Amino acid sequence: MTDGIGARVKRKEDKRYTTGSGKYTDDVRNENQAYAAFVRSPHAHANVTGIDASAAEGMPGVVAVLNGAELTGDGIGNIICGWAITSKDDTPMNMGAWSALATEKVRYVGDAVAVVIADSMEEARNAAEAVEVSYDELPAVVDTATAMDAGAAQVHENAPNNLIFDWELGDEAATDAGIAAASHVTKIDLTNNRLSPNPMEPRSAVATFDPAEEHYTLYTTSQNPHVARLVLSAFYQVAPEHKLRVIAPDVGGGFGSKIYIYPEEIVCLWASMKTKRSVKWTSTRSEAFLTDAHGRDHVTHAEMGFDADGKITAFKIDTIANLGAYMSLFSSAVPTYLYATLLAGQYHMPAIHCNVKTVYTNTTPVDAYRGAGRPEACYLIERVMEKAAREMGMDPAELRRKNFILEFPYQTPVIMNYDCGDFPGHLDKAQAAADVAGFAARKAEAASRGKLRGLGYSTYIEACGIAPSQAVGSLGAGVGLWESAEVRVNPVGTIEVLTGSHSHGQGHETSFAQVVADRFDLPVENIQIVHGDTDKVQFGMGTYGSRSGPVGLSAIFKACDKVELKVKQIAAHLLDASADDVFCEGGEVKVKGTNKSLGWHEIGLAAYTAHNLPEDMEPGLKEGAFYDPVNFSFPAGCHICEVEIDPETGVVEIVKFTAADDFGTLINPLIVEGQVHGGIGQGVGQAMLEQVIYGDDGQLLTGSYMDYTMPRADNLPSFDVEHNSVPSPSNPLGVKGCGEAGAIGSPPAIMNAITDAIGTENLEMPATPSNVWQAIQANQIKHAAE
Amino acid sequence: MSKISLTVNGRSISKEVSDNTLLVEFIRENLRLTGTHVGCDTSQCGACTVHVDGKSIKSCTMLAVEADGSQITTIEGIANGELHPMQQAFNDNHGLQCGFCTPGMIMAGIDMVNRYKASNKPLDEAAIRGELEGNICRCTGYHNIVRSIADASTKM
Ligand code: FES
Ligand code: FES
Repeated sequence: MTDGIGARVKRKEDKRYTTGSGKYTDDVRNENQAYAAFVRSPHAHANVTGIDASAAEGMPGVVAVLNGAELTGDGIGNIICGWAITSKDDTPMNMGAWSALATEKVRYVGDAVAVVIADSMEEARNAAEAVEVSYDELPAVVDTATAMDAGAAQVHENAPNNLIFDWELGDEAATDAGIAAASHVTKIDLTNNRLSPNPMEPRSAVATFDPAEEHYTLYTTSQNPHVARLVLSAFYQVAPEHKLRVIAPDVGGGFGSKIYIYPEEIVCLWASMKTKRSVKWTSTRSEAFLTDAHGRDHVTHAEMGFDADGKITAFKIDTIANLGAYMSLFSSAVPTYLYATLLAGQYHMPAIHCNVKTVYTNTTPVDAYRGAGRPEACYLIERVMEKAAREMGMDPAELRRKNFILEFPYQTPVIMNYDCGDFPGHLDKAQAAADVAGFAARKAEAASRGKLRGLGYSTYIEACGIAPSQAVGSLGAGVGLWESAEVRVNPVGTIEVLTGSHSHGQGHETSFAQVVADRFDLPVENIQIVHGDTDKVQFGMGTYGSRSGPVGLSAIFKACDKVELKVKQIAAHLLDASADDVFCEGGEVKVKGTNKSLGWHEIGLAAYTAHNLPEDMEPGLKEGAFYDPVNFSFPAGCHICEVEIDPETGVVEIVKFTAADDFGTLINPLIVEGQVHGGIGQGVGQAMLEQVIYGDDGQLLTGSYMDYTMPRADNLPSFDVEHNSVPSPSNPLGVKGCGEAGAIGSPPAIMNAITDAIGTENLEMPATPSNVWQAIQANQIKHAAE
Repeated sequence: MSKISLTVNGRSISKEVSDNTLLVEFIRENLRLTGTHVGCDTSQCGACTVHVDGKSIKSCTMLAVEADGSQITTIEGIANGELHPMQQAFNDNHGLQCGFCTPGMIMAGIDMVNRYKASNKPLDEAAIRGELEGNICRCTGYHNIVRSIADASTKM
């Protein structure tokens, strides 16, 4: 069949989206629907001294006004972080309590204090404004670098100096020795700017309680409905798992922000039980800016040593990561095991030591956002490499080449064991596609027009296919990170695949079907992918960390193995052949060396009528599998960015962006390239446009699209995406994952290009025209003074 | 409350609406045409784009009562037996991922192509990018949206 693995199959799911018949959570409306509006703290830090709901309760349409005391009174548990990190002095992390509705204290602007349930959205919102909350305002702490300073406001009592944990990875003594022995040391101070994920669909929840069955149904914008059900049930005690169905229907993008279980889902479920009404909440964009978990927000000092030949001797890193006011679900893992473990990048580094302190501040919780820890690592390594090359007067590509890891498997000093790769190959391919050889001429031509041209590299490696359960368990994860699948051949021979992976833009309904089509040589139309409903799919860990390909597809593949075995046995029995001679071809099941064959409908019918099956065989044709990865997968690649800058205005134009990526086996290159485009788009956003900014008082200053600059079509170029695939030996299909690479590799390439053009390293993200212009001016003043 | 009469996707409709109901709320909640989306509260994202009397409009910037007497077309109303060339082009060029911005992109794209054709101006990549200023997509990096609109413009 032509639509198997590697084919650019047009997406099966597109029709419902292009015709407006997609069904997102906010499109769900139940009989007698009630609506929730949250009363949120206007202060970053305050004691709550009283809540007066009497006026609100009397307003038209109001069903109930509920608060945190009632919530905790009903036994609803605190929101938790699911990954326990231990500090280097062996003490556990200091996790502060987070109630879905704040009881005594609010800790960030937007912290929910109460909820109004009313007959209409408008009535709910009007009444929410009429709830009188008295606050005793407290000083706020906002800034990452100074959050631990003496005298800073304290966010949680059990986290003295706002320190959540002080963690390290690597051999400090060996690293210090490597730096001391180096003939050149490059030092850098960098901030990784705080971002707001901004999937275009705002979060939403519709919760319905059935009193007769004591059963709940929750429609929600989730990347992982089963994890949501598990956490809502086991930790928050909203309902036992068998009495809670979670459905994540069409979801309009996630990028990490829809992994977590937020206060609003918990409250809607609980309120539906309290009011005996179906309760719906949909975030406004303003609420999304305040309450969707943010990403990044690191402050780092790093030093890298080189020997006389330009070989790295050691890399030492000190990072402070801001986790906001509360610890969100995966927040602790992001600046530790998803960050420090990738600090070797593509380079042979004899020693690495990384110290990470995480802090509480009176800001929105921070958690995984596209790339999660890996963009922070890549940005740091690649800015250091570029700076080092400039300081040592070396070609930045050659410095990288000199240090590339060439042999695999390769054990880094920071846990990861890279299974395969072709790092020089990615660089070669990117250099050719970017026409690096012609850059000098282009630069000269730009200079003749008064423009500055720059070229910047980055190489990246990420750990995807998250993750081998035992390994992550030993590092503190509260869950296993396998995936499950069920492959169901129907009596008419069509196939349904039930997967625990969730698709919210990734195109699984097409690419997953391609894998099964390829496996059985069936048309892709005969295969339906089912996901996103805990009543249909038995279990699943969901979609994040580019895991759906390497882990989710592997589970499907494993279930297909079992189906194939049974199909062959049935065919062999019916055709009087040996199962070893049976194979799938052209939509049929055939016997080698004969003209005997059966259609899939005949096999399906035989399996379900069970009139004539091999002795002892169970009827039916449906197999399930759980797949636990043996290792991470390691997508890697090289990005090259070329910019042109107007020194008069500081405006940067990306004139060419080239990515050469290794995602292992490509199931559908059309979809893979789309993922890369989107990732680079977000990377450009981080590098040049986006930044969450708080005032010193903890007020969010970038709370709408008027103040937070989203990348628009005219901010971005077209992208040149090349593939240099080395199949992963760690999973049956050889796939590596492609969802995050663009967002990981692109920011340093862009910043390296800009700093190359303007001739100074003193530039932080986002490189807005004003920041770039100021860097140019400061550099001129510095040079004039010298 | 006011009574409004208008045509939506070719159907005549008369309904009572409150004076502060936005056109997008009327479309989504009263008519239950949920293909038109809401992505922001500051008229920046374009997820709510529909055609009012043939022109693309952000339906969150207009009150339902202001649409009295007008002809509205939403994403549900553009396929005529088969997909509109713009819808087909988005599928052909992988111009969508999560699909949330897509109805707005398609409605804006159709209007854009119509305007450029009417004034005989070339709709090149730079023009498409400039014209998409009012529509945000977080998934695609716009690369394939631009290609989709360019492709459709040769088929409309
Ligand atoms: S919802 Fe209308 S522009 Fe965003
Ligand atoms: S496709 Fe998801 S926002 Fe555009």
